Amino acid sequence: MVETIYTDLLCLGAGLAGERVAIEAAGAGFDVICLSLVHSKRSHSSAAQGGMQAALGNSVMGEGDSPDVHFLDTVKGSDWGCDQEVARMFVDTAPIVMRELAHWGVPWNRVVGGKGFYYKGGQKYEKFEDPAKEGLITSRNFGGTAKWRTCYTSDGTGHAVLYTMDNRATQMGVQVHDRVEAISMIHDGEHCQGVVARCLKTGKLRVYLAKATLVATGGYGRIYKNTTNAVICEGGGQSIALDTGVVSLGNMEAIQFHPTGIVPTDILVTEGCRGDGGTLLDKNEDRFMPDYEPEKAELASRDVVSRRMIEHIRKGFGVKNPYGDDHLWLDIRHLGEAHIRTKLREVDEICQNFLGIDPLHQLIPVRPTHHYSMGGVRTNKHGAAYGLKGLFAAGEAACWDLHGFNRLGGNSLAETVVAGKIIGAKVVEYLQGATATFKTAVIDERLKKDQARIDTLIHGGGKENVYELRNMMQDALMKGVGIFRNEKDLDQAVKTLQEVHARTANLGLKSNGLGANPELALALKLPGMVRMALCVAYGALERRESRGCHAREDYPARNDRDWLVRTLATWEEGADLPTLRYEPATPSFELPPGERGYGGGKIISADDKEA
Amino acid sequence: MDRMLTINIFRYNPQDPDSKPHMESFYIDETESMTLFIALNRIREEQDPSLQFDFCCRAGICGQCGMVINGRPNLACKTKTKDLPSQITLLPLPFFKLIGDLSVDTGTWFREMNTHIESWIHTSKEFDPEAEEERMDNELAEQIYELDRCVECGCCLAACGTARMREDFLGAVALNRIARFILDPRDEREEKDYFEIIGNDQGIFGCMGLLGCEDVCPKNLPLQDQLGFLRRKMGFFALKDLKRGKKKTC
Ligand SMILES: Cc1cc2nc3c(=O)[nH]c(=O)nc-3n(C[C@H](O)[C@H](O)[C@H](O)COP(=O)(O)OP(=O)(O)OC[C@H]3O[C@@H](n4cnc5c(N)ncnc54)[C@H](O)[C@@H]3O)c2cc1C
Ligand code: SF4
Ligand code: SF4
Ligand code: FES
Repeated sequence: MVETIYTDLLCLGAGLAGERVAIEAAGAGFDVICLSLVHSKRSHSSAAQGGMQAALGNSVMGEGDSPDVHFLDTVKGSDWGCDQEVARMFVDTAPIVMRELAHWGVPWNRVVGGKGFYYKGGQKYEKFEDPAKEGLITSRNFGGTAKWRTCYTSDGTGHAVLYTMDNRATQMGVQVHDRVEAISMIHDGEHCQGVVARCLKTGKLRVYLAKATLVATGGYGRIYKNTTNAVICEGGGQSIALDTGVVSLGNMEAIQFHPTGIVPTDILVTEGCRGDGGTLLDKNEDRFMPDYEPEKAELASRDVVSRRMIEHIRKGFGVKNPYGDDHLWLDIRHLGEAHIRTKLREVDEICQNFLGIDPLHQLIPVRPTHHYSMGGVRTNKHGAAYGLKGLFAAGEAACWDLHGFNRLGGNSLAETVVAGKIIGAKVVEYLQGATATFKTAVIDERLKKDQARIDTLIHGGGKENVYELRNMMQDALMKGVGIFRNEKDLDQAVKTLQEVHARTANLGLKSNGLGANPELALALKLPGMVRMALCVAYGALERRESRGCHAREDYPARNDRDWLVRTLATWEEGADLPTLRYEPATPSFELPPGERGYGGGKIISADDKEA
Repeated sequence: MDRMLTINIFRYNPQDPDSKPHMESFYIDETESMTLFIALNRIREEQDPSLQFDFCCRAGICGQCGMVINGRPNLACKTKTKDLPSQITLLPLPFFKLIGDLSVDTGTWFREMNTHIESWIHTSKEFDPEAEEERMDNELAEQIYELDRCVECGCCLAACGTARMREDFLGAVALNRIARFILDPRDEREEKDYFEIIGNDQGIFGCMGLLGCEDVCPKNLPLQDQLGFLRRKMGFFALKDLKRGKKKTC
């Protein structure tokens, strides 16, 4: 017998987004269960170091900041790809949420009144913090922002906030079922009713039925080979949503690369390094960013810095290393011992543990690496997914769409909690009006299909190797859908991925598949991952312009005339490519399309109707 | 660098009726900058796809990959093979429930522990979205964060003599967490509230003070200081309580 569990709200994911929504619903008296692949406190949110943006304007360098300025930065950062109604709600709510987190126990770093120092571009400057602001939440500098706006706790912001959130969730009676993986969605084409899940302790299948289901499964960085993402960031929620055939994924081609992954392991060192005054150097130990971006230098937005780094490496200024791709250096030596060993402590540990270097005296080898997925389950501004009633999405798994084609550092962690609060309230409204009827036929059929998939993998005699196909998928994306993109490479990537997709139909296990078998876990999700990868690659091939992180060498202009739109991808059963449709990027413009003020590049204006 | 590593791994799959606990050896060529994360994944992909172990961030941040490495509990992702002899023995963390091979269930234990000690801010104040945040001294915020850095990896419990003898022992990790809340002015709990939770053998009086915990903590938390601090604080409270009790009776 398969165990069946009922609840009001089922959150797929117990990271910041999932738990924040859960807390809202539990606070309104509903039963909530969060599923997670790992102990909730290990969700990837805990790895965020740098901080989260909110226009509190307490620190001297944040003076004059306001939600309006935050809004401008966010829309420019997105290269006008974001939904401006969402961006507006986000910037207005962010300061309240940071204070709420303080109330719940986050040990934010605070303003210290009086004279202090900071670094910018390797130079030391003096600043004077207003003593009247002493003890309020302070902020640090991040890329792409006009003011210092990033709230932080040392460089363990994600850790501190997730621990506080998880404790709060426990207090509110939210249940977390950890080591449980959702493997398919139960729906009748109209309503989402829950999921079929596999227990990662015993291997047993389980049915979860809920009035409302939330996808908050984080990013899907692991479809790429080189990524800063944790090994569990495989987009489980997004891919089972895509497999319903009716739910849309938005802007899947919008993939962010982060300038400072360490070589060779792609572990991230935070943008806070540059925000706090670290510089990028080339093989001659020359600082090169000011030559490309005189105004913002290292603190232009991530897409811009990553592209400039690759440009510079292509000109022959990269450092050779035994792992293939050339790299550059990140220099934080001048920040000094006190700063590095406290405010950049995780960075210090990462350097010591994984590189065997001391960042006080040595340069850090870095290269741009895959980091963040702007795309995800497309929702309306209330977080309701397109396609199925009772299905919501929040956090990195969603395309709510705050980030458009490039998200600013510090805006994602903030998004998880702000969206969690806003969408949480909408989920509560939905639950208050919802009655659920669960159709046993639908549930049985779904369960049978999943059981059959498992039986075939174990006994079906399939010949394809799970790990080999996964590697092929990852390599195809690395090669064809990277920082710079073009027709030929994208086309090749799509073809390779189609081949991999076809071959996943013939997967077979080498082991017996019993218990919490990891080979079976990967085999069950791999076909879905390849379909997501195809949404990324095919969406990128079709988008013939450059916008934010999507840089087409063969279409270098941002084309507002034809492409000020969001890609929507759905997948029909039996298809070998996604179906793409488009919708306007934003329902209204508070800020009409214009120049970002960094990154250069030509713009084809929306007013320019001639071809 | 041209070493061949022998990695001896504890094997047992409780869900497989044919499986018996035993040690199994795998051989693997060492490569530059190899960590146990790299080594174990290679073994799984190239030699035995059923091998169970846990990694998540693979960057020493999340606490998922605790295991006993040549006799010592540590995070496997940040353990470099070059710092180990060519014979490496890996065992699952003791104390936690075994899931299979090197994989143990830390999540359930930590959730129960956090529920038991009510690991959240206890306050009578309502959050006011209109108001300025309550101020806090930056130095205090940094002190709190210093104790907040625990990643719930479980290494301290695996190394703890008391935990091995008493299943209900809360361990250095819980005591450290309590110390964090005592330090935090937002938490309105009083000494007696804390005493109820840890003023017993499950808590501070069960600890033998040999400090296996601090020695192995991969985050270098000042566990010794916290244990000392709590023992004094709880000791004094017990004494005061005793006196109070006496007064009442006479
Ligand atoms: C190294 C790193 C550093 C970062 N630093 C910053 C920063 O400084 N500032 C910032 O703003 N952003 C930062 N980000 C981005 C930010 O951390 C993430 O976007 C954000 O934390 C995502 O939160 P989430 O709640 O959406 O998902 P996550 O925290 O990733 O949680 C996902 C949850 O879903 C669960 N899950 C996944 N699949 C399934 C499934 N199939 N079934 C059941 N459960 C499932 C997981 O177990 C987990 O609980 C960083 C990202 C990385 C990779
Ligand atoms: S000092 Fe106490 S908590 Fe630490 S290992 Fe020894 S008995 Fe356990
Ligand atoms: S106190 Fe240290 S060893 Fe114990 S769980 Fe926390 S981080 Fe791990
Ligand atoms: S995998 Fe996260 S600490 Fe080792």
